[in-house]
Amino acid sequence: MSRLAATRDGYGQALLELAENSRVVVLEADLGKSTKSLHFRKAHPERTFSLGIGEQNMLLTAAGLASSGYIPFASTFAIFTERAFEQMRNGIARPKLAVHLCGSHGGTHTGTDGSSAQSIEDLAIYRTLPNVIVLHPSDDVSTRILTKQLAATKSPSYTRTARNKTPVLYDDVDPDTIQIGKGIELCKGNDVAIVACGVLVSESLEAAKLLMEQGIHATVIDMHTIKPLDVDLIDEVASRCGAIVTAEDHSVIGGLGGAVAEHLSGTSCTPLERVGVLDRFGESGQADEMLELMHLNAPHIVKAALRAIERK
Amino acid sequence: MSASLSEMNELARRCRIEIVKMVYRAQAGHPGGSLSEIDLMAALYSTSLRVRPNEPDWADRDRFILSKGHASPGMYALLAEKGFIQHEDLKSYRVLGGVCQGHVDMNWCPGVDFSAGSLGMGLSFGIGCALAARLDGSQRRTFVMLGDGEIQEGSVWEAAMAATHHELGNLKVLLDRNRIQNDDFCEEQMRMFDIPAKWKAFGWNVMEIDGHDMEQIVDGINFLDTSNNGPSILIAHTVKGKGVSYMEDNPSFHGAAPNEEEYLLAMKELGAIE
Repeated sequence: MSRLAATRDGYGQALLELAENSRVVVLEADLGKSTKSLHFRKAHPERTFSLGIGEQNMLLTAAGLASSGYIPFASTFAIFTERAFEQMRNGIARPKLAVHLCGSHGGTHTGTDGSSAQSIEDLAIYRTLPNVIVLHPSDDVSTRILTKQLAATKSPSYTRTARNKTPVLYDDVDPDTIQIGKGIELCKGNDVAIVACGVLVSESLEAAKLLMEQGIHATVIDMHTIKPLDVDLIDEVASRCGAIVTAEDHSVIGGLGGAVAEHLSGTSCTPLERVGVLDRFGESGQADEMLELMHLNAPHIVKAALRAIERK
Repeated sequence: MSASLSEMNELARRCRIEIVKMVYRAQAGHPGGSLSEIDLMAALYSTSLRVRPNEPDWADRDRFILSKGHASPGMYALLAEKGFIQHEDLKSYRVLGGVCQGHVDMNWCPGVDFSAGSLGMGLSFGIGCALAARLDGSQRRTFVMLGDGEIQEGSVWEAAMAATHHELGNLKVLLDRNRIQNDDFCEEQMRMFDIPAKWKAFGWNVMEIDGHDMEQIVDGINFLDTSNNGPSILIAHTVKGKGVSYMEDNPSFHGAAPNEEEYLLAMKELGAIE
């Protein structure tokens, strides 16, 4: 884990690599410099559309392009995508138009901009929409690979990226191991399974190391696809480890933890502990300070793992 | 021009009969806005709109987006008249499994280009269609039918601004200015003051007509066809419920069905029965 990078950079790189497909178009709402679609704009201004600070109009413009055979990638801050939720619901998900929406700067990890910029509910709301793929990749490599895969899908999608840098996990990994809808087992142990997404995947790997010092062997899964959830993998680790922790920089209500809980409630009685933002808003602080304040970092994931194991 | 004024008036009259029948059968739906829009749509489909009823998904067709998607009976009646769907399909309006969903739906009904129903969305969708046409190097146009109450939605003005920013001369709006919305007269719900001035201020080409005078409608469509130096809007002054005496200018028939007595009266007034 020598290299650090932000997942939003992987998104920007993916758009550039997708540009050889002339049907790929990019839409911006005055935040292309932040979401990293600006690289595509510089290279392909004729296929990049500025909609100004108007997210609702941007999403439906993308829908119109999709209905005409184009593959639109629209981005803004995760929090501002939420203003256009009903456009996503009624104008995109319902007619199943393959618009790809990226919300950057998701989670409290976004940091010093404070609570108005820290979306902690985006995964939850988009996960409720039929037809919509929901992604929250953990590093810039997987963000690049998954974003490129989206261009070949027929479904609309929401992808959350993060503002700040985190350890790169997949520099030396066969790209074929990263597939929409398939969780990735990053380390294997039989005492507890930590199912994480986004910036908390690297925290979960750190937690696994701390648990190892106590003689506890943890599985860590990068569940980059929140929907459709890799339920086969969830069932497998529930059966093998007998205790599960979910970890996300997102409300404990309705996100990855909610998705896993909903699934497990129908398949097993495996103890589940959810690490996430405890039904509160954030505040201004550095990314690492926010993870500590919100009880999301490795030491808190360790505590949750111990609680889950205790409940076996 | 492919149809005479009298032919288009007659087409609109037949559509009006079907509108009332659909809403009466379903005992639900939106007759008022269907009756106010139908002269405009009958003329557009008979003169300017380049579509193929036997090939509804023809990639280079003009797009027609009924943004005021609740006024679906008008659209369904016209689609049946033009051969996109069968007259028999009109009986499926608001019926489980029917192609004629309560609000127009592109995944259910041939000839429908946008799944509407939530107001304020169609113009933004039309911008996407218009940008796509330009990217394709196609001459196809995008027509969007807006309701007047609908333009109280803020995102309509995001779209109005974006359409001129992107210089979309291939984007054409028809505004059904029937002065009534769900609860009451627009004047009571949200006064909109000088609507033409608002669109002009956003940089649009603007023309006003009487939306029930077929000669003026044809002139208005010609204005849309020939104004290609930016987006254009035809503001059509209409009467909600036009053609059925007790529905005309009556907020109660924005979204309500006639009873049997009212239904028979409507059929008489529209010339469906003696």
